[in-house]
Amino acid sequence: MRDALRGLVLLVCGLVLQAHALTVQGDGPQKVEIVQAPQRIVSLLPSLTETVCALGACQRLVGLDRYSNWPESLKALPRVGGGLDPNIESIVALKPDLVLAAGSTRGVERLEALGLKVLRLEPRTHADVQRVLRTVAQALFLPEADSERVWREIQAGVQAAVQSLSPQARQQKVYFEVSPTPYGASASSFIGETLTRMGVGNILSASLGPFPQVNPEFVVRAQPDVIMAGDSSRASMVQRPGWAALRAIQAQRMCVFQPGDADMLVRAGPRMAEGARLMAECLNRAAGASQGAGR
Amino acid sequence: MNPSAHALRWTWLLMGLGVATVMLGTAAGSQGWQAWWLSAGDAVAQQIVFDIRLPRSLGAWLGGCLLGLAGAVAQGLFRNPLADPYLLGSASGASLGVGSYLSVFGGSAWTTTWWMGLGLTGSAFVGAVLAVLLTLLLARGVQQTLRLLLAGVVVGVVLGAVTSMMSLLQPQVLQAMQGFMLGSTAFVSWSACVTMALVLAVGLVLAWLFARVLDALTLGEATAQSLGMPLRWARMVLVGVISLATGAAVSHIGLVAFVGLAAPHLVRTLLRSTHAWHVCLSALMGGALLALADVMARVLFAPQELPVGVLTAVLGGAYLLWRVYRGSGGAR
Repeated sequence: MRDALRGLVLLVCGLVLQAHALTVQGDGPQKVEIVQAPQRIVSLLPSLTETVCALGACQRLVGLDRYSNWPESLKALPRVGGGLDPNIESIVALKPDLVLAAGSTRGVERLEALGLKVLRLEPRTHADVQRVLRTVAQALFLPEADSERVWREIQAGVQAAVQSLSPQARQQKVYFEVSPTPYGASASSFIGETLTRMGVGNILSASLGPFPQVNPEFVVRAQPDVIMAGDSSRASMVQRPGWAALRAIQAQRMCVFQPGDADMLVRAGPRMAEGARLMAECLNRAAGASQGAGR
Repeated sequence: MNPSAHALRWTWLLMGLGVATVMLGTAAGSQGWQAWWLSAGDAVAQQIVFDIRLPRSLGAWLGGCLLGLAGAVAQGLFRNPLADPYLLGSASGASLGVGSYLSVFGGSAWTTTWWMGLGLTGSAFVGAVLAVLLTLLLARGVQQTLRLLLAGVVVGVVLGAVTSMMSLLQPQVLQAMQGFMLGSTAFVSWSACVTMALVLAVGLVLAWLFARVLDALTLGEATAQSLGMPLRWARMVLVGVISLATGAAVSHIGLVAFVGLAAPHLVRTLLRSTHAWHVCLSALMGGALLALADVMARVLFAPQELPVGVLTAVLGGAYLLWRVYRGSGGAR
């Protein structure tokens, strides 16, 4: 009798768990089945770390990749390598019940073979940010309203940045340099999408692919009104042949972003509104400078 | 003591060193040294030792063995002390394979074609073998050593250029490519160990069988021919051994530098022997070298892990420079 009762209890528990189990579709080929709300999460991509925290589940993270640096409160968490060299052993030792990884992260198959649940997500565009917010909220057993609310806040932030632009600032053409090789951000990149939404021009068209390598001569020919770049480009930019003739450089209509700010700009994550605000400030400043020069 | 007894003693010694290093590898963890026998009861600790540390340590040893074997056979076959396993273009072929795989499937896009099932490992292997076949095609077979060498260099350069081109067009591939090119044993699983062990066994047997031809080749091609050696067959089989061994190693542990070049030289400084022993000893030496480098890569800067390829390049480079220095000193 007791055994039968115990069996019944187990059966009911099983049914309840079954009812709570859900499958989540990441960027990987297979759906990931999650039985219980994950409480020990390892994130291997900064934008995914930021997404988890934006959803208010920061305290569930137990391990991070070495590039995750926001929010500050995560500083003390153990680091488990980067996307290229995740330390399989450290990850397993943390006993995570969910691992968030980029599609390009190496060793994901290895982690899955070792019995870990891995959800692959790699946000690259504005639309991806929304999709990833939804998927992560779903995987964490958070109500859909949470992800919708966070997304609305982000949208409002971006919209505010767009509206803060002066009419002159909107008239400008931008060259955004991602790395001093030089690689630029075209209209199809995450940064380019923000610029498009602001209504400003981008000298690199979408057809070039998201981050094309740029011939320095092309930039001279295109004569951007504003140049935005990371800190690493500052020194080499002025020395490039012909670039001294660029009006943007002559009039100092350049915005060089500090490493922390650049992270915010290039990561397709919940901080995209702040990134948009930085770009808007830069555009307004540049427009003001050109007016001052014209006067 | 007769030469083969001497060689046998070294075989046991190097084998012992390999086993000891692999054992040592099971205690080299992500936080530095961690004796696993102290936490025997913990399930996660057990999984870490048996499913992560042991296969990767063994994989490093096996990969090193494959490279050492390929290096020794290449140096014997081409009668060139600078020959290494990547000579016939397998390295650049493997890179191209990985590069094309990443640029087609990399990032968030995914499809379920058969090529996807091939994975990074499979595409690296296919790339490596196809590159060697292309080299053979250009050299019109294996009969002329010089032409074969030249074709290998040309294929290496051309495929390398194609890979660079590809990564220029799709910069997101670049980072992942670099990870592959530096070499790492971090992702070796048990199934990878089995594959490498099988290839190693086949390679060793074939190399042992045709080692007499390598011995004869040291006297020159004409002499080897006049001794009645089956040169034609031997060349084909041995080129096959080089490309399969290199392909298997490269696809599982990436482009690990210098092991294939340094292992045969190290063996030569220890003892002079016939090629039959030389290839076996070189394989064991390569295994011991890479297993040791792998343990060092894990503990030197723990918890940060060095790519093992970087370490072998530094160690192997220093060793070769020292050899060259000693060699020039001795000639004076």
